[in-house]
Amino acid sequence: MNTADQYLKAIYLIQEMEDGPAATGALAKMLDVSPASANEMIGKLEDRGLAEHEKYKGVQLSDEGIVRARDALQTYCIIERFLTNVLEVEDFRGEARELESVIDDTVAERLDTIIDRNSECPDCFDPETDACRYLEVESENLAD
Amino acid sequence: MSVGHRVGSDHQLARLLQIGIVLEEVVEARAYHHYQSLSADERELDEEIEGLLEHAADESAEHRQRLEAIIDELDAESIPFEDIETLVEARYGKTKPEDFDGILYDQLCNEETAYKFYDDLIEGIEASDASFSIERERLLSVLRDIRAEEAEGVEEVTKIMETRE
Repeated sequence: MNTADQYLKAIYLIQEMEDGPAATGALAKMLDVSPASANEMIGKLEDRGLAEHEKYKGVQLSDEGIVRARDALQTYCIIERFLTNVLEVEDFRGEARELESVIDDTVAERLDTIIDRNSECPDCFDPETDACRYLEVESENLAD
Repeated sequence: MSVGHRVGSDHQLARLLQIGIVLEEVVEARAYHHYQSLSADERELDEEIEGLLEHAADESAEHRQRLEAIIDELDAESIPFEDIETLVEARYGKTKPEDFDGILYDQLCNEETAYKFYDDLIEGIEASDASFSIERERLLSVLRDIRAEEAEGVEEVTKIMETRE
């Protein structure tokens, strides 16, 4: 997943949590980057018609931005689920965050062929827990 | 979340190599099952496809061994792999592409995906200044070799597809 897609995914998740625009500060915090870096990327996303930024309010995705963000989120869900279901990684959230920038969508699609994802994906992703709602239940059961 | 393509530790590298192994398992399993899905007559008629699938399966097995050898050298907890083979096998045991075009297209996707994976991995290692337990140049050289073979694979399938159009 490239850097732009990581930003789109993060903006999308913040928008969902806040039910409104994503503040630059919150975005920088989620991505662990400086506000200056976040602003720079927001500018690039605006130029590509993927997002709109309004001063003092924050950034909001365009329809095209939402489509791309949801694709990116799906890729992330595949990585998390693959790590849990196939490689049995306990810290699947931490590792997925580390790996998402190196795993391409086409690779994720291939990994997707050996896991079972819920048809609601990516709507079942819970930004608060940073995981799919169903995956959480499964991993809790595994831990029992 | 880490922004940017970088591979920063033995652990992360080992995990990525494991993903590579799973991808190779998938290629191997699919090639094997596609081959099995051909009838005796078809196999006789189509030596080209038979050769392609056989070669793909052999090459994947060899790539897998090379990746496993690197993981053994890394300072990372090993993760049992017995189950993965069974899992992949269970997934593809029932897969039957409809015709030769389906088989070729699937092989092309396999090779392209593997190429992209190694390409990103190499880029991630090159962009990182982390030191790994395995000597960096040797690691990169193994991965570049595998990437080159995947590129050849893409070329080979594309050529066969073109001659059949």
